[in-house]
Amino acid sequence: MNELLHMSEEDLAALPQKDTRSGFGQGLLELGNSNPNVVALCADLTGSLKMNAFENAHPDRFYQAGIAEANMMSVAAGLTIGGKIPFTGTFANFSTGRVYDQIRQSICYSDKNVKVCASHCGVTLGEDGATHQILEDLGMMKMLPGMTVIHTCDYEQTRQATKAIADHQGPVYLRFGRPKMPIFTPENAEFVIGKADHLIEGNHVTVVATGHLVWEAVLAARALHAEGVSVDLLNIHTIKPLDVQAILNSVHKTGAVVTAEEHQRAGGLGESVAQVLSEHCPTPMRMVAVDDSFGESGTPAQLLAKYNLDAAAIVRQCKAVLEASKTCA
Amino acid sequence: MSNTHTVPEICSQVRRDIVRMVHGASSGHPGGSLGCTDFLVKLYFDVLELDPANFSMDGSGEDLFFLSNGHISPVWYSVLSRRGYFPVEELGTFRMLGTRLQGHPATKEGLPGIRVASGSLGQGLSVACGAAQAKKLNGDDRLVYTLHGDGELQEGQIWEAALYATQHKIDNLIATVDWNGQQIDGPCDDVMGLGDLPAKWAAFGWAVLTVDGHDLEDLDRVLKEARTMTGKGQPIVILMRTAMGRGIDFMEGTHKWHGIAPNDEQLADALSQLPSPVGDY
Repeated sequence: MNELLHMSEEDLAALPQKDTRSGFGQGLLELGNSNPNVVALCADLTGSLKMNAFENAHPDRFYQAGIAEANMMSVAAGLTIGGKIPFTGTFANFSTGRVYDQIRQSICYSDKNVKVCASHCGVTLGEDGATHQILEDLGMMKMLPGMTVIHTCDYEQTRQATKAIADHQGPVYLRFGRPKMPIFTPENAEFVIGKADHLIEGNHVTVVATGHLVWEAVLAARALHAEGVSVDLLNIHTIKPLDVQAILNSVHKTGAVVTAEEHQRAGGLGESVAQVLSEHCPTPMRMVAVDDSFGESGTPAQLLAKYNLDAAAIVRQCKAVLEASKTCA
Repeated sequence: MSNTHTVPEICSQVRRDIVRMVHGASSGHPGGSLGCTDFLVKLYFDVLELDPANFSMDGSGEDLFFLSNGHISPVWYSVLSRRGYFPVEELGTFRMLGTRLQGHPATKEGLPGIRVASGSLGQGLSVACGAAQAKKLNGDDRLVYTLHGDGELQEGQIWEAALYATQHKIDNLIATVDWNGQQIDGPCDDVMGLGDLPAKWAAFGWAVLTVDGHDLEDLDRVLKEARTMTGKGQPIVILMRTAMGRGIDFMEGTHKWHGIAPNDEQLADALSQLPSPVGDY
């Protein structure tokens, strides 16, 4: 199980790298080939979302919506009425904040089977800066009744998740991103909505991570391992519904938890975990997340470091929570 | 019912339903409901191909109608029940706890005849575009109709959808506008003028028809004409000249009855102006 912990630095560096958005594009193409009810809409970002392959293979089932995201969301709701399974594609910012009321009324309240697929999430969008780096979307989406919220960690998992959500009846928010990241989840692993991946088994501190920060958490676990600290790492790809049992099982073992996400502290995965723990098992906890701030221009690596979202930040918080748990005990 | 009563008789009954429902709930939107009664009765009883006894979400093989200005739910609920979608007795539950007749139309409670929630304005044209495109993909040659308030056209999303329908040649779509010139805060021209509406729609690439929304013969003409214009690569809009509050003298032509309920005395006055040829719920 703990391959990622024991892999040599050379092997780690040799892992193939791809962007999660390309996993979405590939998954969508495969879906289009296998499911004739799958249709796709894009708001003038077909290349950025890697939706060209679907568009080329299935031009009759691809709808260019132009720079008009509100219309796109409601059109998608309408397409479901005729039994279609629409996948909308644009940046995470324009997939959520810009169109919240359309998702709320036409999609969620009306229980429409729309898959809102959102790329370029978080600060790892990079140089475009804060206007495009949404850090509030998980919170907005998880507050909507009936919405399933998924945030995948690498190319392969995004490909699998894209295909899996077509079989789920109901609205889904699928969040992924721009930068190339190592592919570390197994090829063709079954994607089960709502079931956490237990990536590394350990017993000193639980790390609950989502999205791009799962990789940072792997690096943090390796660094801590070298210092004799054993991390139990959960990849929470489904933020809603949350795998409560997996989190409780881990926390019962470790008694300390750190959450990690490319999102505001308010509204994110950490908040969901805190809610579960405060009800079921109050536990010393730290959150690796953006602290009530907008992002800015920079490279993804610079921004992850500056906003305390990188592996080093996760290591710091793990040490801090272990210290705190001693005091509590 | 449609076999035994004329459209004008049903219109009178629907107007009675509207004021009684809004009075019963002590809230709701009678003005726009009364103004759209003639059109919606004509549409549901004489134009749309429907299967009310076997309502299905996909409406395969049927015409679809979307009410985008969801606040005029009283007229829609009345017309749906009188057309056989659900028992007319249920009209008495309008806006009450546990009802399927929510203040604004919703799908959650499973009221037959409704396919998407509306109320937050400006979304229905987009939804209808999607439903019309699904019909094309499914090889279903029935049509999709919508109704919008003129005030609702102030929402930017309407014009996003107007561009979209033209770009994608959605020619199985007939949008209609309740062009009464009134909105909550006053005349549209004072609140946010809409300018030359026919020219605006034409500039967005739509085929534009106009009609007297209270003249049943004129409505018959325009709805037939609109149908002959479908399938020609262009979406169609019908601008209907109407009067808010139509059919009740003290409510007609003013925005004041957009969203308030009559008291007991006003209800009696209103009902005295409207025969009950079908029978009250």
